[in-house]
Amino acid sequence: MTRELPRQETSRLPSNVKATHRSVDAAQWLQCAQDMHNHRAMLLALWGTDDRDRDGRFRVFAAFLLSDQVVVLEHAPIGGETDYPSLTRWFPVADRLQRAVFDLLGMAADLGDTRPWLRHGGWPEHFFPLRRDVDTAERHPLVSRPYPFVAVSGDGVHEIAVGPIHAGTIEPGQFRFSAVGEKVLRLETRFGFAHKGIAKRFEGQRLHDGHHLAARISGDSTVAYAWAYCAALESITATAVPERAAALRALALERERLANHLGDLGGLGNDAGLAFGLVQFSSLKEQLLRLNEEAFGQRYLFDYVVPGGVVAELDARLIPALLDEASRLEQRVGGLRTIYENHAGVQDRFRDAGVLSPALAKAHGALGLVARASGVAQDLRVDMPWPPYDRLQARMMLAASGDVAARVQLRFDEITESLRLCRSLLESLPPGPHLVTLPAAAPGRLGLGLIEGWRGPLLVALESAADDRVRRCHAHDPSWQNWPLIDYAIIGNIVPDFPLINKSFNLAYSGIDG
Amino acid sequence: MSAIAYVWQVGECLLAIALAPLFTGWVGQCRAWLQNRSAPPLWQPYRLLRKLFHKDAALATDASWLFRLAPYVVFSTMVVAAAIIPSVTTDLPLARVADAIALVGVFATGRVFISLAAMDIGAGFGSMGARREMMIGFLAEPALLMVLFSAFMTHGSTALPEMVEGLLSQPHIVLHPSLFFAGVAFVMVLLAENARLPVDNPSTHLELTMIHEAMILEYSARHLALLEWASWLKLFNYACIGFALFMPWGIALHGAGAGRLALAIAALLGKLVVAGAALALFETLSAKLRLFRAPEFLTMAFLFAVLGLLVYLLLGA
Repeated sequence: MTRELPRQETSRLPSNVKATHRSVDAAQWLQCAQDMHNHRAMLLALWGTDDRDRDGRFRVFAAFLLSDQVVVLEHAPIGGETDYPSLTRWFPVADRLQRAVFDLLGMAADLGDTRPWLRHGGWPEHFFPLRRDVDTAERHPLVSRPYPFVAVSGDGVHEIAVGPIHAGTIEPGQFRFSAVGEKVLRLETRFGFAHKGIAKRFEGQRLHDGHHLAARISGDSTVAYAWAYCAALESITATAVPERAAALRALALERERLANHLGDLGGLGNDAGLAFGLVQFSSLKEQLLRLNEEAFGQRYLFDYVVPGGVVAELDARLIPALLDEASRLEQRVGGLRTIYENHAGVQDRFRDAGVLSPALAKAHGALGLVARASGVAQDLRVDMPWPPYDRLQARMMLAASGDVAARVQLRFDEITESLRLCRSLLESLPPGPHLVTLPAAAPGRLGLGLIEGWRGPLLVALESAADDRVRRCHAHDPSWQNWPLIDYAIIGNIVPDFPLINKSFNLAYSGIDG
Repeated sequence: MSAIAYVWQVGECLLAIALAPLFTGWVGQCRAWLQNRSAPPLWQPYRLLRKLFHKDAALATDASWLFRLAPYVVFSTMVVAAAIIPSVTTDLPLARVADAIALVGVFATGRVFISLAAMDIGAGFGSMGARREMMIGFLAEPALLMVLFSAFMTHGSTALPEMVEGLLSQPHIVLHPSLFFAGVAFVMVLLAENARLPVDNPSTHLELTMIHEAMILEYSARHLALLEWASWLKLFNYACIGFALFMPWGIALHGAGAGRLALAIAALLGKLVVAGAALALFETLSAKLRLFRAPEFLTMAFLFAVLGLLVYLLLGA
């Protein structure tokens, strides 16, 4: 068990990618974080846990993404203390993560913003829902207090408050603009409106049932979350998934990417006033979803990935249909790409809007699609491929300009690449079982699952308890990293361009609210 | 001026009020077809009106009398405008009272009231929409006036019925190059003034990008119904101004009989069908302009209108 290893020592952490683990004290925590920063690592996730029932301590974990591996630091302040050194010194993205850790566990970082993040008055200030000694049956009155947004003053500066309820059917989030006329000086975002207490809900669930909950953290990334959870569980139980199951999972993951990219490209056209694009891409997406239902039993592939493999065998008779669809999609999307690229009005809206410079993307640890559109080469499928990506040789798509046009272009490129991967998977589907039974997990083991979803790398950290139960499960969405970047990308743009810029990022609400 | 003229005057207003939703329904239907969607029925706007008139109005707590009054004022201005524009007949007693310049003023009155009402409750989107509307308006109005001036010079009058009569009384169909330039400018102004693409997107749900929609976000029920109806009337009115200035053929002249009037209504319907389809086609093909491109768009309209004037002065045609 990793916990019992001597301090400072690096040990292998069960995961689907190369991951190592270090137990550190406060000074080493800072030292290691600085090392990570110097090695150009990105802070991937930060989470805490209440282990007072076991050894009287709270613990905080930080996962760093290096170019070829993931490093997890674990710090347990002595004597049940709740303070730990802040990582905002080197990783600005840590700020919101630390606020979330405080709201749920009461573990406070020594630096950074102290405004609540996830706690919107649903529970009292000194109540920490993720502690193990809280009474979950207790009900609290809703006490809503104004949230102190940072004010900008100056001649002609005014604020525009948008949300959390919007005019369209979208998830809740609040956007506070400080603008002069139409020009945006500052944007501050606030989320947490969709907090459902998923981490608490995980506690005590059967390990072999947890994937249902994981699959529902963010509906548009259900395959990625379910796979990440299953990868963590399979690492803990040291189970190798059959090759066929891995290939089918990758097929589902790429189809999820396709569905989302198609939907986004339509939405981007629509937000630029070209409703034609929305209709065309929506029909392509709908055809894909219908084929999903036929081939995988579910339009959005909910609960397709299960521990040990996938829930059902792919009907061999449908493989030609899937291959046909791939060529048809490639042709149709190619045609629409030409239309988008030759449409002066659309290009005028896309180009130079919402620029996220490569330097800023790098400094703030952008992840996934957003990072690649700003020239930051980061794609788990290429950097540290797990089965079956190790044999697929996925190509990383990149764009340099970091504007809306780059994010559109990247989506088109990734559709082409995903279709290639789908074709390659379908043409050489390995034989064998699609599901194996997992052995029982030893208690107190920590495992990681890392999957490159369509938004970027998402992480599930799973710790087992006795009787095959979940002790702690933390899910991290790349949108945590990318949301703060919108605040920068919008600066200097005009207010009516925000919806288009926001759409080009298309980040998760439910995924970060947890 | 016969008594029957007053009957026609009232009849023309009622016709405009009744036909305006149909025209918008037609444009919506064409847009849907062009986007490969199945279209809503032609009478969808009437259904919307029925629905809205059956609802109870909700008012913001900070709303003053101005907020409640504005829908009626805006609707009335559009009805008055419809009374001045010779859409079916030139025998309009009211049109002798107010000329085309007054018409621009009537439109401006509506704009002022809807903008004031939008700012009345102090919500962010209303003020945002109002200031954008004012920006578009103050650029569109001069362009519209220049278009009208070119037409005045060609026809020698500022009253729309006389301009129509002047054009129709010519023995041959004369193609005036100046009117071509003015026509292009007019179409651009029409798009901007009626919150159509590429300047505004009438079907968006994105609050931050709205112009016209942002101003009426806080309205509901009968107030909203009147404002929607007024904006459909505005589009109808603009179409009819266009017909009167650039293709008046079919409009019944002074003293025409009932049969001639029926023919004029048929001609109007035919022109609306074509104009609606053309508008939908243009909207489908264009993307929305970045807000600060809208001034360039309207400056272009102004430029075309001025070119029309210059061409008239230089060529005398």
